[in-house]
Amino acid sequence: MTATVPLQAYLILSAALFTIGVIGVLIRRNALIIFMAIELMLNAVNLSFVAFSRFLDSMDGQVIVFFVMAVAAAEVALGLAIIIALYRNKESVNVDEINLLRG
Amino acid sequence: MLPEMIWLIPFFPLLGSVLVGLLGRRILRNWVTLIACLAPSLSLLLSLTCSWRLLSLPPEARRLRHSLISWVASGDLSVAFGFLFDPLSAVMTLVVSGVGLLIHVYSIGYMADERDYHRFFSLLNLFLAEMLVLVLADNYLLLFLGWEGVGLCSYLLIAFWFERPAAASAGTKAFLVNRIGDAAVVVALIWMILLFGSLDFQIVLREAPRTLSHGSFVATLLSLLLFAGAAGKSAQLPLYVWLPDAMEGPTPVSALIHAATMVTAGVYLVARSAPLFELAPVSLEVVAWVGGLTALYAASIALVQTDIKRVIAYSTISQLGYMFLGLGVGAYAAGIFHLMTHAFFKALLFLAAGSVIHALAGEQDLRRMGGLRGPLKITAGSFLVGALANSGIAPFAGFWSKDEILHAVYASGHHLLWVLGALTAAGTGFYMFRLYFLAFEGTSRLSPQARDHIHEAPWSMRWPLVLLALGSAAAGFFGVPPGSGLFQRFLGPVFPMTARETGSAVHVSGTGLAMASLVLSLAGIALAFRYYLRHPERPEALAARFPALYGLLLRKYRVDELYDQLVVRPTILGARALSGLFDSRLIDGTVDGIASLLVEAGARLRRIQTGHVPAYVLSILAGVVVLLGYVLAFRL
Repeated sequence: MTATVPLQAYLILSAALFTIGVIGVLIRRNALIIFMAIELMLNAVNLSFVAFSRFLDSMDGQVIVFFVMAVAAAEVALGLAIIIALYRNKESVNVDEINLLRG
Repeated sequence: MLPEMIWLIPFFPLLGSVLVGLLGRRILRNWVTLIACLAPSLSLLLSLTCSWRLLSLPPEARRLRHSLISWVASGDLSVAFGFLFDPLSAVMTLVVSGVGLLIHVYSIGYMADERDYHRFFSLLNLFLAEMLVLVLADNYLLLFLGWEGVGLCSYLLIAFWFERPAAASAGTKAFLVNRIGDAAVVVALIWMILLFGSLDFQIVLREAPRTLSHGSFVATLLSLLLFAGAAGKSAQLPLYVWLPDAMEGPTPVSALIHAATMVTAGVYLVARSAPLFELAPVSLEVVAWVGGLTALYAASIALVQTDIKRVIAYSTISQLGYMFLGLGVGAYAAGIFHLMTHAFFKALLFLAAGSVIHALAGEQDLRRMGGLRGPLKITAGSFLVGALANSGIAPFAGFWSKDEILHAVYASGHHLLWVLGALTAAGTGFYMFRLYFLAFEGTSRLSPQARDHIHEAPWSMRWPLVLLALGSAAAGFFGVPPGSGLFQRFLGPVFPMTARETGSAVHVSGTGLAMASLVLSLAGIALAFRYYLRHPERPEALAARFPALYGLLLRKYRVDELYDQLVVRPTILGARALSGLFDSRLIDGTVDGIASLLVEAGARLRRIQTGHVPAYVLSILAGVVVLLGYVLAFRL
């Protein structure tokens, strides 16, 4: 019997990862880094799902994590394609220089 | 079998109108002529068949009815496309399709050089269709449909030569003046729905005597509203002003619409609503007086007019006045009889005048005519027949019908109205023969180019003249002996028996009265002969002696100017003021204000849309924080 890690620890880690992800999205200029920060946020959520699944003895959380992973994979494929297209056009992946949607 | 086919009577001209109107440009002119003339022929044939069937029935059962489809079904009110063929409809249908056919044939020659040949015939056919709907309807709403339809066709045909400003404004005038009367009819129809819950002739006219008491205010007002519409359509005082101007249209139009058929729609409406008018002695009195005064008034204007068509137009107004005079004293059959004979001789007069205008390359001024009997023998001969019939000289058609009306007026005790009528008869004799002598007799005052152009009309114009002349000479014999002729016995069952007819309190010798008015007409003719043939210089001397009176008559009592000052100018000024103040300030201001408000708001709001994705993310985050905060603070 080993001492189990309490649920709070998982949640605190998850919240910390999520906050790092949000801050990354907000303050970084490089589109690739922003992309990575988004992945970080997704995985922070995955972590809390798995933790709850374990502590509630329910498989629901793990099933949802699989969905999130599948969506994240699709999102990566799409997002990287957009970033490449962007780079070909603007010679840059700096989001500050990209404001085509300005009203 | 036959009642089911009544709807075909107006349908054929409608079909003809659509075919000619849509295909007219692509098919040969001969095909246009064939289709346009075939339609009224078929209508006439069907009307004759239906009338024949009517005659084979006993007098009380002479009604053919057929409802085609339901038209309006709203709550308790239901109106159908229903057609009724009774003796009154039969007379009207025969007159409309018969005279209509002759005028169609005449138009082949008259409009031969016209660029918009097919447009003319399409409208003429459409007019016939609407007029036949009007006289065949079995309810007031369908009648009103035809009523408005003929008004529209009248407008379109008066303004047929719309490049001419005078024609365009004459069309507008006719349309607008008619609107006044039509508005009254609409009010009357709505009131009928409220009172009787139906617009069916049979139901309304049967229920009216039960619901409304004799001489009641409601009956009086309702019948007066209907009469206001009739006065507009039939050009009675004070709404007659559009008819003389309507002469701007082509002459066949004047003959068909503004003499023989459409203008008699008002007479038909009053005759059809006779049971309602019988409930309102005041309304009948108004009808009689308006008719009598219009007859004399229009005849007095016709005495001095110099345009050949305008003289006949005022004569039409005057004769329509006679018809209302007859209706007003309860002599409905006599009024309709005059309607029929008038259709013949007035169509004839217009067509003969058209033949003159055609021969003289558009000349309409009587002062530049004269001596036309030589080159235009057939035209002159038929015009003479028409003039004799219009003046009421025995044995031509107008004598029998006009005299029956005057006799009924005298017998009903309206002696003053009889005097008006008799004076009108004298005036009619004078102006008709003034016209005849100025145009066809005496020395020629033609302009050189008219003299070169002069020629007798083509066959398509001559034959209708001859046939109408025969009708004008003989149609009166349907009403002989007066009061109990074939015509009166045929129409009798349609109209309510009036106290005046059944009681016959006053017995007057018809012959004496007839002689009196005949002598007056002959005196008028003799005066015209003396003044315009024997001593052509005298009329001018007379006009110079009474310049005020002559000017007043020549300017048509200045009624157009009066209406212009009283109605037209205030309306235009008011409209200008309203358009400046209300329309361009208030309405436009509100609309423009809303638009500029939105533009301004958009200009401000677009600054939020920076295009910076991190800024959007930040606002999403802020939103999430606010929502989460709200949920955590208040919902948990």
